[in-house]
Amino acid sequence: MKAVITIVGQDRVGIVAMVSEILAVNSVNILNINQNILDGFFNMVMIVDMKSSKVSLKDMQQTLKGKGDELGLDIKVQHEDIFQIMHRI
Amino acid sequence: MLTIQEILETNRMIEQNNFDVRTITLGISLRDCCHSDIKIFCQNIYEKITRAGEHLVRTGEDIEAEYGIPIINKRISVTPIAIVAESCHTDSYVPVAQALDAAAKTVGVNFIGGFSALVEKGYTKGDRILIQSIPEALAQTERVCSSINLASTKAGINMDCVREMGQIIKRTAELTSDRDALGCAKLVVFANVPEDNPFMAGAFHGVGEAEKVISVGVSGPGVVKRALEEVRGQDFSAVAETIKKTAFKITRVGQLVALEASKRMGVPFGIIDLSLAPTPAVGDSVAHILEEMGLESCGAPGTTAALAILNDAVKKGGLMASSHVGGLSGAFIPVSEDAGMIAAVERGSLTLEKLEAMTCVCSVGLDMIAVAGDTSASTISGIIADEAAIGMINNKTTAVRIIPVPGKKVGDSVEFGGLLGYSPIIPVNTFKSDTFIARGGRIPAPIRSLTN
Repeated sequence: MKAVITIVGQDRVGIVAMVSEILAVNSVNILNINQNILDGFFNMVMIVDMKSSKVSLKDMQQTLKGKGDELGLDIKVQHEDIFQIMHRI
Repeated sequence: MLTIQEILETNRMIEQNNFDVRTITLGISLRDCCHSDIKIFCQNIYEKITRAGEHLVRTGEDIEAEYGIPIINKRISVTPIAIVAESCHTDSYVPVAQALDAAAKTVGVNFIGGFSALVEKGYTKGDRILIQSIPEALAQTERVCSSINLASTKAGINMDCVREMGQIIKRTAELTSDRDALGCAKLVVFANVPEDNPFMAGAFHGVGEAEKVISVGVSGPGVVKRALEEVRGQDFSAVAETIKKTAFKITRVGQLVALEASKRMGVPFGIIDLSLAPTPAVGDSVAHILEEMGLESCGAPGTTAALAILNDAVKKGGLMASSHVGGLSGAFIPVSEDAGMIAAVERGSLTLEKLEAMTCVCSVGLDMIAVAGDTSASTISGIIADEAAIGMINNKTTAVRIIPVPGKKVGDSVEFGGLLGYSPIIPVNTFKSDTFIARGGRIPAPIRSLTN
């Protein structure tokens, strides 16, 4: 199963590293990263493969949300199908 | 691979434009619950509903969390109670409403629909008992919704029931006067009622439906409004095309949620209802879509045409996105539940007569209309008769959900709370319909009913 991770918030050093580390520890493979800074705000969208993930989607959502709250970032993890069904026939 | 723009567009719809799945509604047949002893019947329906609906709320919450799409309501609809309670030896179905209410509370749904009767051509014993039980049933319960179908294109209009429903609505208002006649917000009078509508207060589980069925109602007026901002000044082909594309995207998500809920609960998927359902929240208004098309205020000349475009384009776009479309499907115009409608009434641009015209092209009818407490039963019946006639002749669903608020007059306003919103009291034509309503009988089915 693929998931989409979106991260929005104040830019700072180490956001990509922090998220990547959590994903690596849980055997979640990054397929695509798209990141930019808009008006000083950090925007990142990742598509990840959770096929070999050690944790469920729900647990990953909680872990990243908790980490995001600590750092003042809004981090969402969503099942990829909601985007696929809306934008692909 | 998805693009970042597509991902951000979906999340913007959800986070900024109030896109949500408005309801997952589980329809449950109660046809195997009948019993001559009303206590046993109530026990049967309580057990069946609580067993069938046990995982509904949790399933909805799981899907909401996994996909990141808000699912606002989880609800249950049941077979019209007038049919399944008819075998009971009793003269009141109030205990049945209480059993439904208790079951709704146990499974955690906020509304349960189906305290209903279908009387477009005439009454049975059960229909009469149910209708007479409505005021007390709605006063004594919190989550039960009631609906009556009293007209259809095929059968004509049951004018005896039109007269009776005026009185029932007044009585319901009196019995719930301590809550600004809230009972009337849970009571809808229909013509051509759809039997698979997942939206309250008119939802029930039709007699032609399967044992259990999952239906989903999508929403998203804010998303349509936002999309139309991109085509300001362009012609109506561009407007219709934009609405169609947006409705397609919204409905695809509804379809995903419906199929997931169906799979997880082991219950067949019924239909997606393509309705644009507003809420009182800022940015979630159907009236604001009409104004975005170029009207100074909802109700201005052109409003009916604007609503017709919206209603039709929503269906055309949504239809392609789902394998089964049904229910009411279109644009709702509930006054108290739509910030733009409320504002339009307050500034005097939207009147009851204009709303009636709009019901010729919207998905339902006169919805959540608060009127003065001294509005007579026969005036309310007259309003119901007009709506039923529009539905009957035009082969469409129409409905009346009107709230005569005791002690309130034009100039006052009323607060229902939550999704039911608030409304100024809307002026009603004061000329009388008493003699017209007193006639009773049946208005014959129109010529267009003879389609065979």
